[in-house]
Amino acid sequence: MSIFAAPTSFTSELRRRSPAVEVRDLRKDFLRRDRRNGRLARKRRWPALRGVTFEIARGECVAILGQNGSGKSTLVRLLSTLLLHDGGEARIFGHDAFRESRAIRRLVNRVSVEASFFKKMSAAENLSYAARFYGMTPRQTRDRIPEILERVGFPPERRNEAMEHLSRGMQQKVALARALLTSPVLLLLDEPTTGLDPRSKLEVQEFIREVRAEHDATILLCTHDMAEAEALADRVGILDRGELLFLEPVEDVKRRYGVATLEEAFFAATGRTFEEEQEDDAEREVFA
Amino acid sequence: MTTAAVALRRELVGLAGIVERNVYLTKRYFLWDVAFMVWTIANTLTIVFIARAAGLPPAKENQLATALLVGAVIWAFLGIIFEFMTETVAWERWEGTIEYTFMAPLSRSMHLGGMGAFAVLYGLIRATILFFVVAAFIGIHVPDANFAAALALLAIASVSFVGVGMMTSVLPLISPEKGAQLGFVAQGLMLVVSGVYYPVSVMPGWMQAISTISPATYAIRGCRASIIDGAPLLWSNVWPLLVIAVVSIPLGLAIFRRGERYAKKHGKLKRSG
Repeated sequence: MSIFAAPTSFTSELRRRSPAVEVRDLRKDFLRRDRRNGRLARKRRWPALRGVTFEIARGECVAILGQNGSGKSTLVRLLSTLLLHDGGEARIFGHDAFRESRAIRRLVNRVSVEASFFKKMSAAENLSYAARFYGMTPRQTRDRIPEILERVGFPPERRNEAMEHLSRGMQQKVALARALLTSPVLLLLDEPTTGLDPRSKLEVQEFIREVRAEHDATILLCTHDMAEAEALADRVGILDRGELLFLEPVEDVKRRYGVATLEEAFFAATGRTFEEEQEDDAEREVFA
Repeated sequence: MTTAAVALRRELVGLAGIVERNVYLTKRYFLWDVAFMVWTIANTLTIVFIARAAGLPPAKENQLATALLVGAVIWAFLGIIFEFMTETVAWERWEGTIEYTFMAPLSRSMHLGGMGAFAVLYGLIRATILFFVVAAFIGIHVPDANFAAALALLAIASVSFVGVGMMTSVLPLISPEKGAQLGFVAQGLMLVVSGVYYPVSVMPGWMQAISTISPATYAIRGCRASIIDGAPLLWSNVWPLLVIAVVSIPLGLAIFRRGERYAKKHGKLKRSG
């Protein structure tokens, strides 16, 4: 039996009608002072996303690859209603991401690179707090939280321990549990395994696979781990300095550039190696 | 249940979640609270001892000490409400949870209402402890006090305080570095014009004019009258508080929403800890 709540008739209807995510010519700029010209330099516009267009089908897992500052996190923040755009449009299950944010918040949840919890509160307390926002009462979470923590491989005896005493891997498992507790139909994963030890990384990746299989969630995975993207996603895209270069199945990408790996495809598409990060990329990282 | 009833129930569960979280955090930071309570008591004593040094007859000295104590207690109460409201953003930004809270499907009115509800309950408990500890220490006698009327007035004033707190809680959203400090400035300015340790009548005319729109003016005046003279809950203090509440809550929410929109436009809605 699945521990996740079955989709409601409302969410089922949404899935039937429209793609999970439709993004058209999405643009986002930030105002920044050029650090090289000192603190008194005039602010100028830095494009974080430049006309990004793509679609994600219902139940699909898509990975967006990119270096630090490429605009991956900006994209995730826009889709999770934490940023307002400067142009273009984004729709999630048919809802306008910038005008119908309340409707979207019920459908979407997110796991980011930072675990982001109240550090003095325990895993169970943090999950209770998050669940209340989605209207889940103490009676509903009493059994659900232990179940979901067990499901992500979190030791039951540490459930009431303060988050600050847990390892990074443990914290990230609680972050996954938090995202799944609310049964999102769109899961935004922003570098969910960055900084994890190899074993924790594999456990989290395996869990993402299971969630997709059992829960039928649509997943947008933003990462700079090419192997992870290849292992988990149906299609892979490269976001480079705010531009989405392509979004295709991995084999099509390799065929298009006549290369054997995604690293080589990145080099062929941008003229730079994936590890190579230039000064303006580092400058852009503040928006990542 | 109708759709509206389901939505309201969901919102109230969310509001309760904010209160529940603050209870957890208060338990975890209990020693911080004890230290802060000791500091507040010491600070209040330094103010109330001024009455002892005034060289007044015992009855007048007791009256002055009580008036100072009421001012200090309301200062502390208001400080707690402002602190909690300001922390709506600042604390979450520091803990790193701000993005998860702001992307949750909870209306901002319930979010801020939950913070306000906890702040009022917590502030009332602390204000009560502060009053009785300092009164016992100094030896203040209030045989005629009408504590029920004073508490009721403070509860009514709390709604306005929360409304004003909503306006200041937006400051850390707009300015992550300086916003919380600006909240303290707003709190200080409100108390200066409200006659916290002196009658409003001693201030210049323009300050007296401003005092009429400060909810603290009516709370301090009414609480002093109830505790020193045993006055009942007076309509002349209640109606201005109700008017200020009716204006300040929607205004506070509107200002917060505008600030949130600005933060989303400029990418300021993110962690800094």
